[in-house]
Amino acid sequence: MAQIFPSWTNKLPIALASGGILVALAVVGFFWYYGSPKYTDVGYRPRQPVPYSHKLHAGDLGLDCRYCHYSVERSASANVPPTSVCMNCHNLILPESEKLLPVRESWASGEPIRWVRIHKIGEYAYFNHSIHVNRGVSCVSCHGNVAEMEVVIQKEPLSMSWCLDCHRNPGPHLRPVEEVANMRWVPPVDQAEYAARIIKEKGIAPPEVCSACHR
Amino acid sequence: MNVSAKELSDSSTQREILVLGNPTFEKITEAVSRIVEGKPTRWWYALFSISVLLTIMLFANLVYLFWEGTGIWGLNNPVGWGWAIVNFVFWVGIGHAGTLISAILFLLRQRWRTSINRFAEAMTIFAVICALLFPAIHVGRVWVLYWVFPLPNQMGMWPNFRSPLLWDTFAVGTYFTCSLLFWYVGLVPDLATLRDRAKARIKKILYGLFALGWRGGNRQWRHYELSYLVLAGVSTPLVLSVHSIVSTDFATSLLPGWHTTIFPPYFVAGAIFSGFAMVMTLSLIARKVFKLEDIITTKTLERMNKIILVTGLMVGYAYSMEFFIAWYSGNDYERFAFINRAFGPYAWAYWIMVSCNVIVPQLFWFKRLRTSIPVMFIASIFVNIGMWFERFVIVVTLSRDYLPSSWDYYSPTIYDIMLLVGSFGLFFTLFLLFLRYLPMVAMSEVKGVLPQADPHYNHGEGG
Repeated sequence: MAQIFPSWTNKLPIALASGGILVALAVVGFFWYYGSPKYTDVGYRPRQPVPYSHKLHAGDLGLDCRYCHYSVERSASANVPPTSVCMNCHNLILPESEKLLPVRESWASGEPIRWVRIHKIGEYAYFNHSIHVNRGVSCVSCHGNVAEMEVVIQKEPLSMSWCLDCHRNPGPHLRPVEEVANMRWVPPVDQAEYAARIIKEKGIAPPEVCSACHR
Repeated sequence: MNVSAKELSDSSTQREILVLGNPTFEKITEAVSRIVEGKPTRWWYALFSISVLLTIMLFANLVYLFWEGTGIWGLNNPVGWGWAIVNFVFWVGIGHAGTLISAILFLLRQRWRTSINRFAEAMTIFAVICALLFPAIHVGRVWVLYWVFPLPNQMGMWPNFRSPLLWDTFAVGTYFTCSLLFWYVGLVPDLATLRDRAKARIKKILYGLFALGWRGGNRQWRHYELSYLVLAGVSTPLVLSVHSIVSTDFATSLLPGWHTTIFPPYFVAGAIFSGFAMVMTLSLIARKVFKLEDIITTKTLERMNKIILVTGLMVGYAYSMEFFIAWYSGNDYERFAFINRAFGPYAWAYWIMVSCNVIVPQLFWFKRLRTSIPVMFIASIFVNIGMWFERFVIVVTLSRDYLPSSWDYYSPTIYDIMLLVGSFGLFFTLFLLFLRYLPMVAMSEVKGVLPQADPHYNHGEGG
């Protein structure tokens, strides 16, 4: 009987077996790296309707974050400021600036500016700004040093494991509540002791149960 | 079929005659291979079309399920587990007979298994495929099904290793892998036979590909026998472990009627019981349609009926012991759960279960009945109905929980029913394809139990 298979097919089973393992590992590795929010979300910097510079306002001029995002200490969400907040200053400062045209238009028409949201978490996850801020978790911990950003960019992955990292070990992210919005704050040498004390004093026990966030 | 005692044992070798008509090796090859090589019968086409239609219905149903969600099922509080888990346990249980026949009976040198082991193993694999379908679709969000595997992820989460539902993933996954390997290794020599007999080039290539270059040399047989033995050893604990773990889905919960230590052994006995019944149903049809009466003998069928009787008695013992313990425990909730089972709103299901699983197998005490083909065919179908109802009865225990205000009567929707019927369609589609394209009887093994295969054959002739 004539041979159907050439001799190289003898190596086929071992090649398929090892190839299969490699492909399985590659698929897991691919999604582990490229599917992670560290890859897909970090670095998100959409074009905003107004060329607003956080670096100028929060950095050079030293405005407190809470001047504009004033609900952060009392509310679940940190508000995006309405046009009137911009106009508090800008009806006197640079009232003719071309860059501010959309703001003045919004002011005149009453139509809000459509800022593009950068930091998003799933609708199935509950997040409350006020509890974090009032325990001494700084804006910087989640949003990065906004005072140095011309246009805001997403610095952290906002993934579940990233949330849990801090919930499991909050110490390194705690600071005195007065310093929460301070972009230039440097942790003291005794940060660990400070954190241990403050955790005990305030009874900080970040929840890890599912229903804490998935309500 | 009348078989005299003389025919049943070959005096020259003291070996029991397992294949009737004293065939030559060639006749065995011919009898099995012609099923695959010839044109399928009209019966095959008729059954196959029905099965494929049911499978299409199954997949259409799945699309609708994924679109709408599990709300299309009859699930609600307090019965949060419905037919999905009933069907899952039912199908996994069916699979167990295949492994028992192929692994445990092999290790125990029960040579009569050779005529039925191949399609019992095939049945196992197809039943486990049907079983795996239900836990996969019951999660509602099928696209995150990969969460059941411990993969690296951005959630910083592992599956809950303390949950029996995760143990199921591993138990059934291992079971499927081992069964598939076992089945395939056993198939290799027979695939080589088909390859050598094939006329068409495409068949030569396909059978040749899966025959892995088998030539039937001495060394190859030695490796084959050894790997078969090792796989039998690996599969043997699985017969006991898989359904034990499935039973912990119920037993580790704190529900009266579920939280019992008898569950693992009782589930294993029930699984073997239902599996043998399914092998019986299938082999009776197959031997009739493909005229394999000489290979799958009445004697073999009788032995299977004895196993059905034994495991049926174990299941009956478990039913009565559950009642005894409920009374003996002195726990009001436990007592209520069982009285409610037998006399509550689902009493009809309970008594179907008892009649099919405990009363019907008692027929097999009588030799005349356990060797009668019509009786065993009908009994095997009743056993399968009864075993499906056993799981149903266990699950609807939920309908009356601790809080009478939440009591409800669970009934399935049309989609529940279509999924169950569709899973039978999938099972029979796969099984009919198997009958059509693969040797349904292990030719090489059957030849091994012929008297001619005995090295001492004919030596005792003169003495």
